[in-house]
Amino acid sequence: MEDGRTAVTLASAQDVAYAREAAKRAMTEIGASTVRRTKFVTAVSEIARNAVIYGRGGRIVFEIREQGGVRSVVAECSDRGPGIADVAMALTDGYSTGKGLGRGLGGAKRLVDRFEIRSSETTGTVVILESRAR
Amino acid sequence: MAKEVTTGSVLVEDFDRVLSGWLKVQASENVKRTDLVSAKESEKQSRDLLAALADVAPEAATADGFDLSDAQWAPVREALEEIAENRTERGVSAAEMGWFIASLKQPFFEILHEELGETSAELMREIWSATRIVDQVALYAIETLVQKREAIIERQRGEMTEVSAPVVKIWDRIVTVPLIGTLDSFRAQTVMENLLDAIVQWEAEIAIIDITGVSTVDTLVAQHLLKTASAVRLMGSECVICGISPKIAQTVVNLGVDLPNITTRVDLQSGLAYAFRRIGVAAGER
Repeated sequence: MEDGRTAVTLASAQDVAYAREAAKRAMTEIGASTVRRTKFVTAVSEIARNAVIYGRGGRIVFEIREQGGVRSVVAECSDRGPGIADVAMALTDGYSTGKGLGRGLGGAKRLVDRFEIRSSETTGTVVILESRAR
Repeated sequence: MAKEVTTGSVLVEDFDRVLSGWLKVQASENVKRTDLVSAKESEKQSRDLLAALADVAPEAATADGFDLSDAQWAPVREALEEIAENRTERGVSAAEMGWFIASLKQPFFEILHEELGETSAELMREIWSATRIVDQVALYAIETLVQKREAIIERQRGEMTEVSAPVVKIWDRIVTVPLIGTLDSFRAQTVMENLLDAIVQWEAEIAIIDITGVSTVDTLVAQHLLKTASAVRLMGSECVICGISPKIAQTVVNLGVDLPNITTRVDLQSGLAYAFRRIGVAAGER
């Protein structure tokens, strides 16, 4: 992991597992506790799977940052999908356009320290997740 | 010389020279891998491939838009696939496979030079023609080798799926299944089927699912667990999920997933203790 960046291409369910592995490695590298690590890995799993199922695949990039002496991992996941028409609605628990539980997006937001989402019909959906070491 | 010399004609008329030249280069370039493939096999593979090329190339290679995936190249592709299959099993690398084919250029160029050395324009044309064929064949060989290897990986993955969900009768009327690794949709389906069959087979009243070995419980895994538990309930048995570590518990709460009507325990021991109480077996303390 040179300059602290790793990228995983998301095309199949197997790639979601690779993304989880990469997330786990990055969180281990910054010395996060197992609870923080598990939460981040789970959030990455949700977002990466969304990109595969609803977003026609995409890419997730992990980057290690440092701010004020605290290290963190930032994951940026971009897909090639049709975008999310109503982001606020999609973040509501229990709402799903597919067959899922409808907890993934809102759940991922609660599992990390910073959560950003941008979505448009032309550029697909971009989700940014950040978790600090402590 | 009245007759035109081309890559195709060299293949047919100087077949033996090309073959022996190629075998010699293979030996000197160390691409034979005699440790993995015997000299006799190597020779047979080289001969088969060259024979297929000699059959097809004179006509097909001159056509515009030369494409190895055309129907007329089928014999060459078959010969290549056989070689790739054989070499994948022996553990030959993709680079070695590529070089094995590419080393065919040397005898080709040598014969072409001998025959056409005087007229450089024709020589260049035929060198390009030979290069085009050999390179395409080499690329196809590498691609085939990689495909064969991927097929092996896929098969092994399938075998893993099969073995990784063994349902065990742990006590009279109690069955348990330990889950390890990732729980994708396909595996979840296998686990559910195995577990439901085991419940019928052993007349189990309690089914214990041990998720100690599952590293991530996200909404998809939770959904699979919920489905399995409700199927178990429909069959009149009770489902106990154990192996919920503190970090998993906190994550599941944050996710906002609820596991209603499912008994959960920290580890297999407490899950088993619970099961014993339910079926009325006294687990004596020592």
